[in-house]
Amino acid sequence: MPIIQEPIVVLDQLGVRLGGNPVLQDMSLTIQRGEFIVILGPNGAGKSTFLKLLLGLVRPNAGTIQVLGSTPQRGNQAIGYAPQHRSLDTELPLRARDLVGFGLDGHRWGIGLPNRSRQERIEKALLEVDALNLADAPVGRLSGGEQQRLLIAQALLTDPQLLLLDEPLANLDLARQQEVVALVSHLNRQHGVTVLLVAHDINPLLQVTDRVLYIAHGHSCLGAPHEIITSETLSNLYGSPVEVIHAEGRFFVVGAEI
Amino acid sequence: MFAIFQYPFIQNAFLAGSIVAVAAALLGYFLVIRGLTFAGHALSNIGFSGAAGAVLLGVQPVYGLLVFTVAASLAIAVLGREIRERDVAIGVIMTFALGLGILFLSLYNGYAQQAYSILFGTILGISRQDVLVTALFSLLIIVAILILWRPLLFSSFDPEMAEARGVPLRAIAGLFLVLVALTVSLAMQVVGVLLVFALLVGPPATAARLVRRPAWTVVLAIILGLGYTWLGILLAANGTWPVSFFIAAISFVVYLPVRLFSSRLHDRRPIIEVRRA
Repeated sequence: MPIIQEPIVVLDQLGVRLGGNPVLQDMSLTIQRGEFIVILGPNGAGKSTFLKLLLGLVRPNAGTIQVLGSTPQRGNQAIGYAPQHRSLDTELPLRARDLVGFGLDGHRWGIGLPNRSRQERIEKALLEVDALNLADAPVGRLSGGEQQRLLIAQALLTDPQLLLLDEPLANLDLARQQEVVALVSHLNRQHGVTVLLVAHDINPLLQVTDRVLYIAHGHSCLGAPHEIITSETLSNLYGSPVEVIHAEGRFFVVGAEI
Repeated sequence: MFAIFQYPFIQNAFLAGSIVAVAAALLGYFLVIRGLTFAGHALSNIGFSGAAGAVLLGVQPVYGLLVFTVAASLAIAVLGREIRERDVAIGVIMTFALGLGILFLSLYNGYAQQAYSILFGTILGISRQDVLVTALFSLLIIVAILILWRPLLFSSFDPEMAEARGVPLRAIAGLFLVLVALTVSLAMQVVGVLLVFALLVGPPATAARLVRRPAWTVVLAIILGLGYTWLGILLAANGTWPVSFFIAAISFVVYLPVRLFSSRLHDRRPIIEVRRA
């Protein structure tokens, strides 16, 4: 599905402070429906804060933000979110389908009686991430890649238009990274889901990325990977010399604490 | 052995014990999955101090118990927001409360029988009216938990996602701790404050190692809790050893082998794995 000229996320001169410290400053950008955006930047630069801003979990101090045409509100079903994953306790008394099901009705009151259409939606989401065979497995016993796919399934349950993924590739080996990238790319291209994905390394994502949002030291740049990941742009962003080496179709950034 | 059922005090003990076992297993399940079992233990110890204070003032111990446990549960909810700090906050609050309890006891010059019964429970000495009050409060607690069920479960297992989905995390955590405080106060009659852990945490901790589905874990925890209580009362009524000893001992004896052998039981990963090529 091609990118449609329909703004999904619009930021205008946005600023965020956390505990008195400026995290994001004077951020203006527009993200179109159907884009695949990778968010890069050093640790603590505000990548997760940026996602929380879109979710309405963090409020801006300055400027305006519009997500899907309105000010972000917690609990928006049109946004799917998978937070940074920490590995689960191996003894966690929970099946995969229970964890995924939280994404559907975990926020509702009452016990929620079992019903067939609920199970079907959960199984459809599990099938989407190729994890239907794990439905009844205890989640703590699954591998990091399998758990990550469950989190994505959970985020997909409400058929979101916008998918926010916080470091879904962290702690995965190369093969598992490729699985997750193929899965997210499929959702992006086939279903037109707009994707904002936080990552540490652009290389596994280069083939599927439309634009890169690079956040460092409170400032940010948005553009095609080859425009943003250059010695000049990154040196400006970091305020210190950064060397980008482009070799064999891959980017290597030297001189910054990435 | 079953001739004892003709005595009203045994009937009352079974009724009150059963009701409390159900409420404790339900609440205890959430304590276990939230990693809050220490809070459950602390609240019962704090309850003892409240009860001692009430004895000193010459009012019913249960009022002091309720005041102290509810106040402490709110303090824990406010102070222990970060998991790292939580156990420290709970420990500090608990030791302060225990200090107060010791002070109250030393100021009280009367016969310490009441303090003894608070510590070890008085299940064989409760009236039909106590049973009704226990039933009423337990019903309220159970209904409240069933209303909170899904968001409480969601926020216990995955607080970050729950928050993003609009679950009011702090309100739910505070409300849950107040319900724990009420349950602890009820369970005190049955096993005493020192052994509340046996009914509150023992059954759900054992159940959580045997089944994975949340609803079934709670059902199994309730069955275990009822079993421990009934067997404990039955054994105690036919001998001279205290009920709370039997309940705590059964809870331990069942938990131990389950803890040791359950890992193997659950290592049933799917054999065929479909991988994305």
